[in-house]
Amino acid sequence: MAVAPPSDPLSGTSLKADFPLLSRTVHGKRIVYLDSAATSQKPDQVLAAMDLYYRNFNANVHRGVYAIAEEATNAIEAAREGVRRFINARSTAEIIFTKNATESLNLVIQSWGRANLSDGDVVVLTHMEHHANIVPWHMLAAEKNLELRWIPLTDDGQLDLTDLDSILVGAKALGATAMSNVLGAFNPVRELTDAARAAGAISIIDGCQSVPHSTTDVQAMGADFLAFSGHKMLGPTGIGVLWGREELLDAMPPFLGGGEMIRDVRLDGFTCNELPWKFEAGTPAIAEIIGLGAAVEYLEALGMDNVRAHERALTEYTLSSFSERFGDDISIHGPADSSLRGGVFSFSFKDLHPHDLSQVLDQHAVCVRAGHHCAKPLMKLLGVGATARASVYIYNDTSDIDSLGDALEQAGAFFAF
Amino acid sequence: MPGLEDLYREIILDHYRNPRNRGELETPPAHRVEGFNPLCGDEIVVYVDLDDAGVVTDIRIGGQGCSISQSSASMMSAAVKGKTTEEVAELTRAFKAMMSIHESSLEGSEAEAAEQEALANVKLGDLEALRGVVKFPVRIKCATLAWNTLAQGIEESNA
Repeated sequence: MAVAPPSDPLSGTSLKADFPLLSRTVHGKRIVYLDSAATSQKPDQVLAAMDLYYRNFNANVHRGVYAIAEEATNAIEAAREGVRRFINARSTAEIIFTKNATESLNLVIQSWGRANLSDGDVVVLTHMEHHANIVPWHMLAAEKNLELRWIPLTDDGQLDLTDLDSILVGAKALGATAMSNVLGAFNPVRELTDAARAAGAISIIDGCQSVPHSTTDVQAMGADFLAFSGHKMLGPTGIGVLWGREELLDAMPPFLGGGEMIRDVRLDGFTCNELPWKFEAGTPAIAEIIGLGAAVEYLEALGMDNVRAHERALTEYTLSSFSERFGDDISIHGPADSSLRGGVFSFSFKDLHPHDLSQVLDQHAVCVRAGHHCAKPLMKLLGVGATARASVYIYNDTSDIDSLGDALEQAGAFFAF
Repeated sequence: MPGLEDLYREIILDHYRNPRNRGELETPPAHRVEGFNPLCGDEIVVYVDLDDAGVVTDIRIGGQGCSISQSSASMMSAAVKGKTTEEVAELTRAFKAMMSIHESSLEGSEAEAAEQEALANVKLGDLEALRGVVKFPVRIKCATLAWNTLAQGIEESNA
């Protein structure tokens, strides 16, 4: 590889100590957690923030005039401001809390899509989307008779943008992931959003894998909507974010109806609350929002450029050490150049089925995922039913990669035939 | 802690390496049915040929999957060939009972207990090797995929 391995700004730091789960043992061995693309572990700081809310100022938000209700309201609005800062949004009116990124995508597709798309309209997606950015479109397409087009992939698992402009002709919307949860590839988001805008389409970006692992600037991104989840970026489950451009959010009809999202309700109708609460019907996930706010502060203290540099160094280490150790016995999908990819490694090892492989790895307390990773169209394209997937985050280091390698050797020996 | 040897018995690995009745049958007369395990992406294709008396005259297995799903399919294909659909249904119930899945339609604990006892007497042969799967609950769906697919195929053939 021509590029010299980047230095790791987080090496030597003992981040593992902040994550209580990482000190437990499984089957008598220290746990090696390599499934952060599915969900990350949570640091003490996040757990403490959520615990403090329940112990100290548990009250419903936006309604009570008493002290603890005001403290709870201030806490979730402070978290909203933290998220705004984290992704460089113009205003907190653009930060909508949802239950997860899947709900964020469904919100846009249902609300914006139903109001703006009609018979025969074209929506462009990529061949590496997660089911969450495919199935809601299939649902709307069946109702509205939409045409779905797909951006193909190159042989090494990147988007093939050769015919992008012609694919986008007549399109009203583009949906694309910023980073593949299978291939690890970072996509050229700005190039995609520019092309979409030139074609007259809005762009909806799935940031589930990119936001936890790299610097996010929604203004520089040029997108109209960005969806991501809290639990993949050190926060709790049950909290997701939808960022959208204020003009678009303003013009969209509400998604779920109920309390909080209204300004006035009469017997003959209702008027909506202002942004962002217009899209937040019902009592929000208060503790989870507070937890996400603490997660954002934790990541900001590390610095997202440092997070990316750490994971890039670990990616280099993984690719080179596995290639040296296993040669042709291992095949890692996605780009080989660490500048084009994050620390998500879907791989095939010898001819072992991923389910059997992960069963053996579990005996060594190594946690990896096995399956289709909610990306069946991509699996079909890769010609596999399933893959094993290891994914890293801030708390992983080269010893975790070595443990995975040792466990792979054991699996190879166990199934040798 | 259950060890890998509880799960991966030698006979299982043998059926995985050398699957029996692998391939396709002409349709018709055979009936083709696909089964999916949505959790792991495993796919199985079962071709089953029934004669007028409801006897499984031939069976073939296609698709891809892990050692547990593939060996279970292989052993199943060997076990059901030449059996009547009633015998296949009984064998299926006995196999699922071994996997701790009880589908008794009988009401009342006494009748149910009698059925469980009857199932316990069904000879499972090689299939006994899959008993260890029950200690790895996530894998039970792998072991039962072929059986559910065959049951669907027989039902569709009779329809």
